[in-house]
Amino acid sequence: MSASALEVAETTAREAAAWAALAQVLDPEVPVLSVCDLGLVRGVHALAQGVEVVLTPTYSGCPATEVIALAVEQALLAAGLGPVTVIQRREPAWTSDWISEQGRSRLREYGIAPPSGAAAMDAAQRIGIRARNVVCPRCNSSQTERLSAFGSTACKALHRCLACREPFEHFKPI
Amino acid sequence: MAAAAATGSIALELTQSLRYVLRLADTALIHAQRLAEWCGHGPVLEEDIALTNLALDLLGQARALLTHAAALHGGGLDEDSLAFLRSEHEFFNLTLVEQPLRKASAHAPGGDFADTVLRNFLLATWFKAVWLGLSTSTDAELRGIAVKAVKEARYHQQHAGDWVVRLGDGTAESSGRLKAALARAWPYTAEMFVCDAVDTAAQLCGLGPARDTLRPPWLNEVTEVFTLALLVVPADTPFISTGTTGRHSEHMGFILAEMQVLQRQFPGGRW
Repeated sequence: MSASALEVAETTAREAAAWAALAQVLDPEVPVLSVCDLGLVRGVHALAQGVEVVLTPTYSGCPATEVIALAVEQALLAAGLGPVTVIQRREPAWTSDWISEQGRSRLREYGIAPPSGAAAMDAAQRIGIRARNVVCPRCNSSQTERLSAFGSTACKALHRCLACREPFEHFKPI
Repeated sequence: MAAAAATGSIALELTQSLRYVLRLADTALIHAQRLAEWCGHGPVLEEDIALTNLALDLLGQARALLTHAAALHGGGLDEDSLAFLRSEHEFFNLTLVEQPLRKASAHAPGGDFADTVLRNFLLATWFKAVWLGLSTSTDAELRGIAVKAVKEARYHQQHAGDWVVRLGDGTAESSGRLKAALARAWPYTAEMFVCDAVDTAAQLCGLGPARDTLRPPWLNEVTEVFTLALLVVPADTPFISTGTTGRHSEHMGFILAEMQVLQRQFPGGRW
């Protein structure tokens, strides 16, 4: 192998190690999802010294944004990949469409209805005053109603299942 | 920060673009500050959480805009110095957002939950139009903030719209109170659509929409929900408030005092 090919292999290996470390960093508000499941990691670049990670915030006012950046830095340092540069990039804006399939099934198992559809694609779209029926993550009934557009965090709405009578949260499509 | 600590307030060198961004930033900030007064006092737990979550979104939007304003201004300012060390006449929010929400006053809207519901709806609908206009701004940072915020504003509008319909199409008591709240808030909406030199300059250079262009889409959506809520759009009044030019109502000093007291008393304090 030539020197440059070795360099490329080394860079790729460090980036793969960084992605593996990031897959273990959980969201503090939904602690079954990793930052990768959520689609918050927009890029990982091995630098001559250490790595650079590009993150995107979910909601403008999400109080977890700073905690997540810190957790990402610590995980990469612990994996011996430092020094770590964390960059926050707002554009393109995060959308719940970026939550992985694995993330969606983890949400459902955790009791939170995953975001439905690709509502995020059209930013100007109206949201009807009446909510669409969200499938209950406990009994799979679609006979549900929305109680409040805001649940325990800004990213979730509060719903109630009319079949099993249990309340549940819905990760809002945004 | 050291200079600011010595002089108390900072003084800004205001350009038209900076004024434009500060108007939006301050409207989001002061609206968030008022809504945060509901924390722990909501009529029901779900609403307490909803109002504070809404405030949190607005605060996040305000932080992003203030950070951008600080970058436009230069000279070592940041979001904190702009929020905590400006004096009243250098805040440029809509007068509506500084009006009391939880404490009634003889000459100002406020004091009834219906006032909160209605103000949230009128403003979320306005902000949605603003963000939509800014999503094609020539300023990349504003564009980035707007593309995210427009989606948040949709939920604010939906939630507030839910309540407007619930109260308006509810009992005689709830609809009466909503109508009274509308009569109090409506005169302040004129300022949302004033077009002055700052707006014209922003429109010309592609920074963002002039306020007068926001009225048709705003009125369409407001009318749609008002119809469901059995409300009639009130007639325009000659009164035009002037918060966006830095001339505020008597309530502004008090809300700033509460918001700024910590940084004024302990300059540069952190935790």
